[in-house]
Amino acid sequence: MNINIGEILLNIWNGSGFADIITGFFAEGGWQYAVMLIVSFVLLFLAIKKKFEPLLLVGIAFGCLLSNLPGGGLYHQELWDAFMDPANPAYHSYGAIMREGGVLDILYIGVKTGLYPCLIFMGVGAMTDFGPLIANPKSLILGAAAQLGVFIAFFLARLMGFDLNESASIGIIGGADGPTAIFLTTRLAPHLLGAIAVAAYSYMALIPLIQPPIMRLMTTKKQREIKMVQSRTVSKTEKIIFPILVTVFVALLLPDTAALIGCLMLGNLFKETGLTDRLSDTVQNALMNTITIFLGTAVGATMVGTSFLTLETLGIILLGVFAFGLSTAGGLLGGQFLYWISKGKINPLIGSAGVSAVPMAARVANIEGQKANPSNYLLMHAMGPNVAGVIGSAIAAGFLLSVCSLLG
Amino acid sequence: MLSEVTVPDQGLLAVLGWAVVFVGLIALMLVVTAVGKAFSAKKKVKEEPVAAPVVVEEVPAAEKPLAPGSCGELKLYDTPPKTAAMLMAIVADQMGKPLNELRFISIKEVK
Repeated sequence: MNINIGEILLNIWNGSGFADIITGFFAEGGWQYAVMLIVSFVLLFLAIKKKFEPLLLVGIAFGCLLSNLPGGGLYHQELWDAFMDPANPAYHSYGAIMREGGVLDILYIGVKTGLYPCLIFMGVGAMTDFGPLIANPKSLILGAAAQLGVFIAFFLARLMGFDLNESASIGIIGGADGPTAIFLTTRLAPHLLGAIAVAAYSYMALIPLIQPPIMRLMTTKKQREIKMVQSRTVSKTEKIIFPILVTVFVALLLPDTAALIGCLMLGNLFKETGLTDRLSDTVQNALMNTITIFLGTAVGATMVGTSFLTLETLGIILLGVFAFGLSTAGGLLGGQFLYWISKGKINPLIGSAGVSAVPMAARVANIEGQKANPSNYLLMHAMGPNVAGVIGSAIAAGFLLSVCSLLG
Repeated sequence: MLSEVTVPDQGLLAVLGWAVVFVGLIALMLVVTAVGKAFSAKKKVKEEPVAAPVVVEEVPAAEKPLAPGSCGELKLYDTPPKTAAMLMAIVADQMGKPLNELRFISIKEVK
């Protein structure tokens, strides 16, 4: 048998991704793969060099890199399109995904089923101290006020031509809650998942840049200087009752939020009982880290050039930052209301922490308070609205899910 | 493709959504406040019989009231307050317990 070295090398070249990019550059999707590879490099740079949410953004960027390598076969958009097409035999068939999909398709099943966002919420719950919120339940008003951006963006998205389900998914970016945004988008507008996840996490990372100008614009220096009195001590029993109470109350009010709120509060109960330290530790560390890897990589994999490089993505990114800013403004308006009814005892800055990015938004409120008055420590006071924002964004998501199921 | 919900309808839904979030969280606030008050009342009833004689017999009238959440006085022997604060933070960190759940009675430098 004669071995033709040239033919072997040619075959290797033709089968390589380089050939796909070079020869297929002007074919459908060709240039888009190249652009998406550059996008993934930029995201990696932002995550590693600029430290923008590196725990998630490294995974998202690398998932994007992997799914845009021609010929890699790690993620197949066409399989998921078939999964969503009622006329296709593979409609809603996870079997088909397991049989024909790549490793990232299989990881994406956890996103599609809503499993990862719920497990992330369990970890968040186990790491959250609801004490400041229990000590000062008025914080819940700020958590509600800071959902303003969600609903204004929901409306504006419609004006920009997005449909009801897409508008709801875009609006929830204003909740500043990554897992909730992913949970809602996978249910309502899965084709926008990559853009929405990247926008949500990028803006969460940019909180120290986005929020302070709005905070300074909507408060006076005198207000920012206000020192708040120490909250009451919360007993262990109250901390144990709280997650059970919230789960029952919120899940009965909006059953669509049961998965998110239930997992959040279960994680918190593991922490507060004091009898399930092993479970709390696992949820906070091992499970949370594992799911973060799966979630980030799988979400990044959905950023395929053909579906990501569109005008829609640009619209989502613009609406996302607008929603974020408006939510901050809504929280500050709530803070001004509490400042007014408390006759100046509440520092309105803590309202900005009503967006649910925990604990970054609370830290920003603390920093701004200290800039006005170096002996002002607002962190614990801002943690109340901050965790209230998590509950608020879950309720907002439950409302949008319920409305879209009915009308979408 | 746009759904059949019109633009004004969607505006109305947005207002309704924000209102639902407010109603939900205000109702939750009332429930949490009620539970908190019930616990505070229960705690007061428990503490009253014990606390009364202590105030009369041991605390001088001029002494400042304790800060909220305080578990009493910490006695320091040859230890500056800054060092004591640092030691308490280290102990809380090592034990994995919040500082406000621990009670320190005295700190003494061992020479």
